[in-house]
Amino acid sequence: MSGPLLEVEDLSVRFDTDEGSVHAVDRMSLSLEPRQVLGVVGESGCGKSVTALSIVGLLPKTAKVTGSVRFEGLELLAASKSELRRVRGRQISFVFQEPMTSLNPVFRVGHQIEEVLREHMNLSRAAARQRVVELLDLVHIPDPARRAEEYPHQLSGGMRQRVMIAMALGCDPKILIADEPTTALDVTIQAGILDLLRELRDRLGTAIVLITHNLGVVADIADRVVVMYAGRKAEEAPVGELFAHPQHPYTIGLLGAVPRAGAAARNGRLQEIPGRVPSLSELPTHCAFADRCPRADEQSWSEVPVLRQVRPDHAVACFHPGEQ
Amino acid sequence: MSYVEATPLGARARRRRILRRRFLRRPAAVISLLIVVGAVLAAAFARWVAPYSPDATDFNALLSGPSREHLLGTDDLGRDTLSRIIWGARASIQAGFLATVLAMVVAVPIGLIGGYYRGWLDTAIARVTDVLLAFPFLILAVGLAAILGPSLLNATLALGIAAVPPLIRIARGETLALREEDYVRAAVANGANDAVIIGRHILPNMTSTLLVQATLTIPAAIIGEAVLSFLGLGVQPPTPSWGVMLNAAQPYLNEAPGLAVYPGLAIVIVALAFNLLGDGLRDVLDPRTER
Repeated sequence: MSGPLLEVEDLSVRFDTDEGSVHAVDRMSLSLEPRQVLGVVGESGCGKSVTALSIVGLLPKTAKVTGSVRFEGLELLAASKSELRRVRGRQISFVFQEPMTSLNPVFRVGHQIEEVLREHMNLSRAAARQRVVELLDLVHIPDPARRAEEYPHQLSGGMRQRVMIAMALGCDPKILIADEPTTALDVTIQAGILDLLRELRDRLGTAIVLITHNLGVVADIADRVVVMYAGRKAEEAPVGELFAHPQHPYTIGLLGAVPRAGAAARNGRLQEIPGRVPSLSELPTHCAFADRCPRADEQSWSEVPVLRQVRPDHAVACFHPGEQ
Repeated sequence: MSYVEATPLGARARRRRILRRRFLRRPAAVISLLIVVGAVLAAAFARWVAPYSPDATDFNALLSGPSREHLLGTDDLGRDTLSRIIWGARASIQAGFLATVLAMVVAVPIGLIGGYYRGWLDTAIARVTDVLLAFPFLILAVGLAAILGPSLLNATLALGIAAVPPLIRIARGETLALREEDYVRAAVANGANDAVIIGRHILPNMTSTLLVQATLTIPAAIIGEAVLSFLGLGVQPPTPSWGVMLNAAQPYLNEAPGLAVYPGLAIVIVALAFNLLGDGLRDVLDPRTER
């Protein structure tokens, strides 16, 4: 394969509101290889969902998006409405956080998947039906032919998320963007959905962008991890490298906040990161993490750290990187 | 039509059964439904239901009270009041249904487009609707009917147009709420175009609201038809209509009060039945009212 499947460069998103502009994403860059699972991690409001939505132009009109998003040579930020529509669902699919409300309550689930298939693939009725059952089987819904006949309210949350994933996979997309796909589900159901995503990557070769606030989820499934903070990339590395040698104090803080068997036994409690996420109403002229960081010094308060390579294939935006 | 040959009890059938049970638990709604169905059938089959022709005169019984031959008495020309009420139901029910259908066909697309696309067009639609809503329904209908000229068809048109503004507001409001639903966002992310989103995701989810609104618009149009006919702007005598009968009864209020009372009761009962049916449907179809 020549080059990455999806390349996001210098993406900035600004919302102009009555109370002034909000800089949700600032000069964000990502690249996704075929078959790769990329984890994007950060707290609520760090811009990870906005980054994902801006890729296929799903942000409201009030958003000002600049930079570049290239998918197989097509510049998506400059694409027309109909070009975008051909990419959405067909090449790049979404799975959202809320499986309980993401299905239309008045139609049977099979019918809804069928609509998406017929919209994009020109399938006949019978062929689409056939494919619906295959897809539901693919996402391990038992008795798929019967489930296809049911309405969303008859399915559990985990089931509905599987239906959403089946719908997203209907047209064999090259990229699946999953925005907190397991957050609204029970822990055991979460594990099932993550297993499913991993299996789909292995079987279908779909590249996955997994957006989450949960580092445990990322450790489970991602190949590569991007940590975001306050609209910027804080750290990026392959998953093993990041967990073994975290460099950014924010990443280290996040890792300390993941509950683990044994960790509690050592010092009795989980670590927390002091302070709160900064408001994004103006771009800071210093390190956005400075007010919560134990390593902050004068430089942190006077300059914005740029991303730099500190270990092989491991970049971090911090003046004082290092484990501990 | 289905993915499997035989389901023990299909989802749709099960839902229908639940709704039916919830409806049957409301006596007012059930009685109203019976009255509405009875009135519609009587109007449709007036030729066979009515004991006399609405124009047949019996000069042996002018302005007579109720008797075995004429259950509700006769008018000044000896015409049978019961027969005229049954025939008069035709004008009322025809005007009620047609005006409502007309109003829906005009208002729902406008509300959908305004609410979905927003922008200056939506602002214009909303403001014009607000201005029209400032006029009471009957005033608007009377004004329009006066412009169009007296006939049942024109009265129906006038009532239909007068019923448009509140329906636009409802359709637009529902659209504004539904376009923010997660399944609409999901459909956009899956590459659905505007027609699919409006036609498959927004409109079907507001059908129960529109159905309830229809059962409330019909009685308003029935009363409206009676008002217009009473004022001479609707059905023209000698064709029977409840409004025409009320008008004709005015000189005889002392000798034969029944001439005014019976058509008046017909209007009240039918309009009330539609209203109570609408209330019942709203309770049954709105999942928030129970469970």
